[in-house]
Amino acid sequence: MQSAMALSFSQTSFTRPNHVLGSSGSVFSTPRSLRFCGLRREAFGFSTSNQLATRSNRIQFLSRKSFQVSASASSNGNGAPPKSFDYDLIIIGAGVGGHGAALHAVEKGLKTAIIEGDVVGGTCVNRGCVPSKALLAVSGRMRELQNEHHMKSFGLQVSAAGYDRQGVADHANNLATKIRNNLTNSMKAIGVDILTGFGSVLGPQKVKYGKDNIITAKDIIIATGSVPFVPKGIEVDGKTVITSDHALKLESVPEWIAIVGSGYIGLEFSDVYTALGSEVTFIEALDQLMPGFDPEISKLAQRVLINPRKIDYHTGVFASKITPARDGKPVLIELIDAKTKEPKDTLEVDAALIATGRAPFTNGLGLENVNVVTQRGFIPVDERMRVIDGKGTLVPNLYCIGDANGKLMLAHAASAQGISVVEQVSGRDHVLNHLSIPAACFTHPEISMVGLTEPQAKEKGEKEGFKVSVVKTSFKANTKALAENEGEGIAKMIYRPDNGEILGVHIFGLHAADLIHEASNAIALGTRIQDIKLAVHAHPTLSEVLDELFKAAKVESHATTRTVSEKVVV
Amino acid sequence: MSRLLQTPFLPSVSLPTKTRSSVTGFRVKPRIIPIQAKIREIFMPALSSTMTEGKIVSWVKSEGDKLNKGESVVVVESDKADMDVETFYDGYLAAIMVEEGGVAPVGSAIALLAETEDEIADAKAKASGGGGDSKAPPPASPPTATVVAPVAVEKKIAAPPVAIKAVAASAVHPASEGGKRIVASPYAKKLAKELNVELAGLVGSGPMGRIVAKDVEAVAAGGGVQAAVAVKEVVAVPGVELGSVVPFTTMQGAVSRNMVESLAVPTFRVGYTISTDALDALYKKIKSKGVTMTALLAKATALALAKHPVVNSSCRDGNSFVYNSSINVAVAVAIDGGLITPVLQNADKVDIYSLSRKWKELVDKARAKQLQPQEYNTGTFTLSNLGMFGVDRFDAILPPGTGAIMAVGASQPSVVATKDGRIGMKNQMQVNVTADHRVIYGADLAQFLQTLASIIEDPKDLTF
Repeated sequence: MQSAMALSFSQTSFTRPNHVLGSSGSVFSTPRSLRFCGLRREAFGFSTSNQLATRSNRIQFLSRKSFQVSASASSNGNGAPPKSFDYDLIIIGAGVGGHGAALHAVEKGLKTAIIEGDVVGGTCVNRGCVPSKALLAVSGRMRELQNEHHMKSFGLQVSAAGYDRQGVADHANNLATKIRNNLTNSMKAIGVDILTGFGSVLGPQKVKYGKDNIITAKDIIIATGSVPFVPKGIEVDGKTVITSDHALKLESVPEWIAIVGSGYIGLEFSDVYTALGSEVTFIEALDQLMPGFDPEISKLAQRVLINPRKIDYHTGVFASKITPARDGKPVLIELIDAKTKEPKDTLEVDAALIATGRAPFTNGLGLENVNVVTQRGFIPVDERMRVIDGKGTLVPNLYCIGDANGKLMLAHAASAQGISVVEQVSGRDHVLNHLSIPAACFTHPEISMVGLTEPQAKEKGEKEGFKVSVVKTSFKANTKALAENEGEGIAKMIYRPDNGEILGVHIFGLHAADLIHEASNAIALGTRIQDIKLAVHAHPTLSEVLDELFKAAKVESHATTRTVSEKVVV
Repeated sequence: MSRLLQTPFLPSVSLPTKTRSSVTGFRVKPRIIPIQAKIREIFMPALSSTMTEGKIVSWVKSEGDKLNKGESVVVVESDKADMDVETFYDGYLAAIMVEEGGVAPVGSAIALLAETEDEIADAKAKASGGGGDSKAPPPASPPTATVVAPVAVEKKIAAPPVAIKAVAASAVHPASEGGKRIVASPYAKKLAKELNVELAGLVGSGPMGRIVAKDVEAVAAGGGVQAAVAVKEVVAVPGVELGSVVPFTTMQGAVSRNMVESLAVPTFRVGYTISTDALDALYKKIKSKGVTMTALLAKATALALAKHPVVNSSCRDGNSFVYNSSINVAVAVAIDGGLITPVLQNADKVDIYSLSRKWKELVDKARAKQLQPQEYNTGTFTLSNLGMFGVDRFDAILPPGTGAIMAVGASQPSVVATKDGRIGMKNQMQVNVTADHRVIYGADLAQFLQTLASIIEDPKDLTF
């Protein structure tokens, strides 16, 4: 009941702030309205809308009125059926990407169906972001309770902290179930048809699902996502050699686990496992741990997240062969040099987690029916997510979003891409700026980033002939962080000193994942540093870390008087 | 149990026997070395759940002997018993890596088995190569290729110095290519670096002989066993010279560990005096049928435990406890060189005659150090009886992993005031129960003892 209510409220609560802010444009005219990881609204929508509602009571009665109006408007439900097609829009895959697209499509008045061959929610809700956050919530608390020094400095005394593995596993599972139900209900409530069965493309504007149900639609979105990538030579048995799919069930906490891959999946699991008492060995093919992060951030993160913990690592090596434990023998991992391919070492561990990334799930989609050839499994798309066929021409009315196109394999990116597609099929051209999409790694402390890394920005500056500046600040200078005894961390901003454009922001520290949005929103909206530095941050809050960055930046041009909404570049 | 602290410990010298167990735990599971498929390692088996290292009592076979599948190769002294270790494969005993009297951690190689006679030399080269240099850097090529034949000949004579080095090699992980690679957990490596501990030659107590953090900490604290040192002590001729320092035997080591561990459990004691006239009469009546007093006491205790399951429970982690599903009464027995607790399983269900026969069998096995792990480590309640020495009362230490232990004193004639106001003579014995107060409270023990007393004072149920 509550989730259904939460839904209709949150639906409107997200459109309303645009009016409150006085934006004159259409509600969804700008990237500002993009909803990252659409499920968050459903999970926390109830409290959000409550807050907004009370605030509007206090601030202005008018906004409350508009709130009610839009609420009734949005309850119209699924659009009217089109004349010649069964649906306006069919989405194959009910993950976070498909869900975000479906909600927005209904809002746009499209008659929408979503096809799911497995469970609603896809990887993110069932085998990814959501259950892992539950495990990380536990690991964060364990870590804190086990850190005697930390507790003592607060004057707290805690007797030995322990945990019940099944209890932890249940928490993750329950959370996934709850979010999945919220997601399903949110679509049902507005009348999205959820069709069960494996979906595939039969031809232009024609889709098959289940055994032999054929339906037509004006436009089709492929949002089939990805599965864990397992390199060859590695035998996954689901017990001692596992992928994130198995690890999230937390069926065991091995004494010693090797994690193959030190990207964000590997890092998050190392955080969970070490907090629960395991020792971890990272195996990374590149010469440095945490590839993909800003070098400076990964250096500091290594000093905080790897070195003091029960973790060691092998870099520059491939795990060429991994054999699960059997007949009383441990898990055997053969390492070869990443460059010379010569055998380097053999490891015997209790378990191995394969976190080498994710592979698109695009097999059996019937892509050959529309002459589309995948590239390493990914479906080629242009910047508007329109699918490109084998000859390099666009396939009309066919789009692909999310992990299946490989542009940016993040749940909220998929959702943003889905919304972008819906914008286009409902008559508004729209190109998503991927550089404004933030990413986060939920270790303790967290890592977050948006835009370019320092080397990327410098390279771009050299090519395009602009100067690049960097400004940094430490969490040690932040009152709130110090009050929490969590002064470890830095934030850095990469920007153009000539015009004040933010090129990238990287944060490593307490609640970094929540802090990044001020920067990602600024990038999405094109807000310049000279303007945002005049904005006020509550004191004492962690958000002052970013305030510090903005204030410390040296920008040549002066603050503009133009309003935010006019500057938006789509 | 308290007795074991005073027992004059003498190193046990038990004879290797040809009897073998079919229990897999007794068997050596030879590990196949990927590089040399035909040379197999025989490694120290885990003979009990608490065993971390084993001592080689004697080699039944010598180097060069042909072995048939299932034959005994070596006798190993674990913390509880001596056992024959047999081979799973046909072949030749190519090289003995840990000599008689040597100690090796569970899972480490103690000998090499060659499939054909031709490979004996290879195996010896491997054994000496692995044992000769425990600090060798991780090899990039198979060990056989790096070891030259003359070395093998030199090391063929099993002189004590060689044995020392061989043990050092055996201290490492079985998959560590004969000691050339050190297998240590990530945290152990980190600690070793911090505490400046050399990992090479360290005895690993983790799974498959892996070096874990506590091994490194032990060494850093000075109490650790660096393999070479351990062997030196073992090699030193053991004697009963007064004033000499005698290293623990494996069993003494196990007892010592268990005793120290028991200090972590908050215990308390409750005593009771029980009249044994009726029990003595019953004993006299059925003694001819082979029934022993120990069996009668165990049976009475088991019947009382059945009515008070909490006294038969055990608390292992301090957060929860288990109501054990079966009542297994362990009875402490002093044997040459230590103490062991053979277990009478399901003592509440087995009839008194079978129980007595079982007890006799267990005692014989214990004396011959032939007890199998499940025959001495599955007890849920322990009985310790020193009555035969005339001890009237004593106090026992609670064995870790169980809930309670009962110390039984001698049954002696005493003058008592009876209920009808007269003075009479009765045989009485004192029992004293030590229990884990985390799970068993005073009232629990009191009720249990009351039940026990009523069973012993009216023992007709014991013969059913």
